[in-house]
Amino acid sequence: MKTFLRLTGLTRPFAWWMLLAALIGFAAIGSSIGLLMTSAWLISRASLLPPASALKFGIVGVRVFGGARGLLRYAERLISHNTTFRILTRLRLWFYDALEPLAPARLASFRSADLLKRITDDIQSLENIYSRVLAPPITAMLVTALVWAIVGTWSLNAAVGVLFCQLMAGILVPFITVKAAQGTAKGIMQQQAEQQLLAVDMVQGLGELHVFGMLENHLQRMHEAEEKKLALEKKSAFFEGLHESLSGLAMNAAVIWVLWSMLPMIKTGMVSSITLTAIIFGVIASFEAFLPLTGAMQHMEADIRAGDRLFEIIDAEPEVKAPQHPEPLPVHHDIVVKALCFTYPGSTIPAIDGVSFSVPQGGRTAIVGPSGAGKSTITSLLVRFWNPSAGSISIGGRDMASLDPEGVRRGIAVVSQRTYLFGQTVRENLLLAAPGADDKTLKAALSAAGLESLHDRLDDWAGQYGMNLSGGERQRLAIARMILQDAPVIVLDEATANLDAVNEQAVLDTIDRVSAGKTLIAITHRLQRMERFNQIIVLNKGVVVEEGGHEDLLRLNGFYAGMWRLQHETML
Amino acid sequence: MNLDKNLIRLLKEEKRPFILSGILGSIGALMLICQAWALGGIIEQLFKASGDGSGILPLSGLFALFSLLRMLTNWAGSQAAKRGTIRIRQKLSHRLAEAVADLGPTFARSEQSGRLVTTMLKGVESIDAYFSQYIPQLLLALVTPVLILAAVFPSDWIAGAIMVVSAPLIPFFMIVIGRSAKAATEKQWTTMSRMSGYFLDMLQGLTTLKLFAQEKTRRNGIEEASENFRRSTMKVLKIAFLSSLTLELVGTIGIAVVAVNIGLRLTSGAIPFRPAVFILLLIPDFYLTLRQLGTKFHAGMEGVTASKEMHEILDRSASLKRAAGKLDLPKAAISRPIVLDDIGFTFPGSQKPALEAVSCTLLPGTVTALTGPSGAGKSTLMNLLLRFIEPGEGKLSLGDVPVANYCQAAWYRNIAWVPQHPFLFNATIRDNLLMARPEATYEEIETALRQAGLVEMVSSLPDGLETMIGEQGARLSGGEAQRLSLARAFLKDAPILLLDEPTSHTDPILETRLRAAMAELMRGRTVVMIAHRLESIRNADRIIVLDSGRVVQSGTHEELTATDGFYRRAVLSSMEAA
Repeated sequence: MKTFLRLTGLTRPFAWWMLLAALIGFAAIGSSIGLLMTSAWLISRASLLPPASALKFGIVGVRVFGGARGLLRYAERLISHNTTFRILTRLRLWFYDALEPLAPARLASFRSADLLKRITDDIQSLENIYSRVLAPPITAMLVTALVWAIVGTWSLNAAVGVLFCQLMAGILVPFITVKAAQGTAKGIMQQQAEQQLLAVDMVQGLGELHVFGMLENHLQRMHEAEEKKLALEKKSAFFEGLHESLSGLAMNAAVIWVLWSMLPMIKTGMVSSITLTAIIFGVIASFEAFLPLTGAMQHMEADIRAGDRLFEIIDAEPEVKAPQHPEPLPVHHDIVVKALCFTYPGSTIPAIDGVSFSVPQGGRTAIVGPSGAGKSTITSLLVRFWNPSAGSISIGGRDMASLDPEGVRRGIAVVSQRTYLFGQTVRENLLLAAPGADDKTLKAALSAAGLESLHDRLDDWAGQYGMNLSGGERQRLAIARMILQDAPVIVLDEATANLDAVNEQAVLDTIDRVSAGKTLIAITHRLQRMERFNQIIVLNKGVVVEEGGHEDLLRLNGFYAGMWRLQHETML
Repeated sequence: MNLDKNLIRLLKEEKRPFILSGILGSIGALMLICQAWALGGIIEQLFKASGDGSGILPLSGLFALFSLLRMLTNWAGSQAAKRGTIRIRQKLSHRLAEAVADLGPTFARSEQSGRLVTTMLKGVESIDAYFSQYIPQLLLALVTPVLILAAVFPSDWIAGAIMVVSAPLIPFFMIVIGRSAKAATEKQWTTMSRMSGYFLDMLQGLTTLKLFAQEKTRRNGIEEASENFRRSTMKVLKIAFLSSLTLELVGTIGIAVVAVNIGLRLTSGAIPFRPAVFILLLIPDFYLTLRQLGTKFHAGMEGVTASKEMHEILDRSASLKRAAGKLDLPKAAISRPIVLDDIGFTFPGSQKPALEAVSCTLLPGTVTALTGPSGAGKSTLMNLLLRFIEPGEGKLSLGDVPVANYCQAAWYRNIAWVPQHPFLFNATIRDNLLMARPEATYEEIETALRQAGLVEMVSSLPDGLETMIGEQGARLSGGEAQRLSLARAFLKDAPILLLDEPTSHTDPILETRLRAAMAELMRGRTVVMIAHRLESIRNADRIIVLDSGRVVQSGTHEELTATDGFYRRAVLSSMEAA
């Protein structure tokens, strides 16, 4: 219920549009009622053989109501759907606004496919709530009131009976069918999730299934999941059909009730046959308003779950929040890391445990160690993706926690192992780093990064659906971004780990050239050209085990020297 | 009339429930006519001057009975159609899964896996409306109007004639509007997939956006994509709504014309009262049935679109002529050499062959390393040995028996495979290991984990061996996944071992630790491995260098370093890097 209310709350800016849709919907059904009542009046009046002119009123009525009904229905549908889609846009933005501060720390536990499902499927399925759950009950209530007014004018007794039948069709029938089908929607969704997993396992693991002889078994499991889902769907269809029949019965009951309660009034002359006929037809037409109610109710269960899934993300607390009065990045930027500790949620072993070191402005530091030593955790903490569990990082003498996180990120350029390119043009991918840059600047950066070949392709699509850039080109594009960002601090996080030997050398040359004079922190497990660094921090299992210059560390003949030998003797 | 050839073929396989649904629907239509007849009688009684109401009681009894029967037959009819639909969906989903399985891993990996899964699941779901709604409505639209006309004509031929003349207008407008609707619906799908693509891009790149502090500015893009989607959806809906408006107008105008016409003739006494009421009660349903066909037509359209994509997969699998070998593979046979004789392979739709005239003999118990630049055909050769694809030209045989003659299951029993990107199933670590040998004991699993250097990693997980991994479970790094796959190979203990860069994601320190275990694994087996790192292929019995699908060099490390060629150049370049 809480979820439902929160979802409804989102419609507030559009409340008047929703109400308008409900009113027009009411007018449309009102026209149906009018059409049938005037037709009935026309025929029964005509049967009394009056002059043709006496029928004028009826003829005009039939034409007006007949035309109005279609037009009103058209207007109602356009308004309600358009409003719904506008609400959905709002919902998407709202979701993005909530999602963005959570990245990447709080989103680590979600898969991007799952997030995509939430932002597209779940939001789309809320369409039902907005287009079918909110307006139709208002329309149904207005129609009930109208019929009460029409029937009640002649007979209170008949009106009570009709109201009873309408309440049956509008409240009891949906309630019963939804209650009876309860759990099926949830069950179907669970089966769908199960099928999704099985199908993904099958498509992506088909090779393994073949080779391990598990294919038959897996197909059987998929088959069973499908059967289970279909059995539930059958159940749900059973009740859906039941609802239509039950509301049809309620309608016929109302007709019979009106007939029987008003028949004696014809004899006393209190009601004319013409009136009674018209009322019967009006009652029949009014039941159209109750048909959409059950469908909406039936999907509610699924919609509320979709809402829950969205709120689950929206309500998550971001890991890093900007301080109330954030300070700008200091001009001076010595970096001092003091007794830094960090443990990932759900893990028992700290990723880094009491790491301290400092990097003077303009200094060049390497952080090395085997994989799993905690090197990349330091990058995440430096750019404020996570908060340290203990200890601190300060820049220019100010604790990072007091600085504006966005300011920090603008001041630190990161080139990581895997460069993400957006499915947009090369230009847009570059502009990320320097939003206002002109083409001349962009081309200069491309040249400096060794990508003259892209000068004429600024408007070509990069990324997923665009040109297939090689690993080397991607890393060079990342370097072009780094140049454009022009940040005083550069962090290279295994920036060349995915490149082959020849490319690696060339990219390292470029980096050396463009990072001159800046503060550089390089994180790597591949020990190459280590003599370039002023200091090398050696991490193992989250602890600094050695530090010093390349020659010193080799002389020390410890952990670093061991790593060095291992990597250089396995080569030919 | 939206009768998709493939869908109709499916319908024919399960026609009985639909025939039943049609019969029940026709009975329902008859009941509708009887209901109108009874209600017409009741109203006539109301107008009878005598009006003691004695005639009303039996008539309202009949009215109630007919309406009850009508509800029941309609309900039973829709249930029957649903039953048939469910059977069709069952069959189709099973066939699709089997088709994908037959097309094999190279196909499954070449398609966007997300799209394939969507076709397999959502595709089958989306044909539901076609069978459970459109087809029954089509039957109803064929029967109900005819029955109504049959009832109307004897009572009043003029009203009947008006109905006959106006009825074709509905299908006419439906077709006219349907055409533009189709184009718009297709465009709508593109906008929708573009929107999803845009969101996915944003989500995957969110970390990158934040690194550049651009996450706020990119928000506008989402608004734009979403609003574009709204506009294009509204365009489709406008057409759909306009079509129902037109159809409804045709219907109401029809009703109005008949009502006014009958009314005027009533005043002159040209038509009696009861048939007039009877006809007036029936006309709305006459037009409604035809109109609803339009609505259901739109509902069924999605199914037709989905059917295209599904049948593409089904047809592709049907056109695949795979040799279904039946021979069992005895242990003795596996000790014969694997012979590749003049093998060629070209991927469908490609101009350039992926493999050309490849011949070599893999002796039992030897290690063969495949190397060469990317795109040289190494993986294609591996896929041939895995029988994921079959040679286009030439012969792949075991001794002198073509490999295709052996049944696939028997062939796979003798193969252990460590792919470059191993897949971990959505199950526990233990289950993922047991795939390789379901009867393995706890000790054997422990040994395999130790050999693959995974003991530490597994014991650090909260549930150890019982930790769920895969899509919904804990995520393992690329290196850990590879080692888990290595542990599977240890467990499987098969005579043929196929390795695709088994330690490409492992850091050098760990790799050194694994080296002894790898040597142990390869001992006594026929091994084919793809490798880039020279240190791991140096000790192979034979190194085959592929380039552009051809074998360009072949020999031992010593032989190849002695002559100029790809291998020597690669060795020299890696020395420079050091």
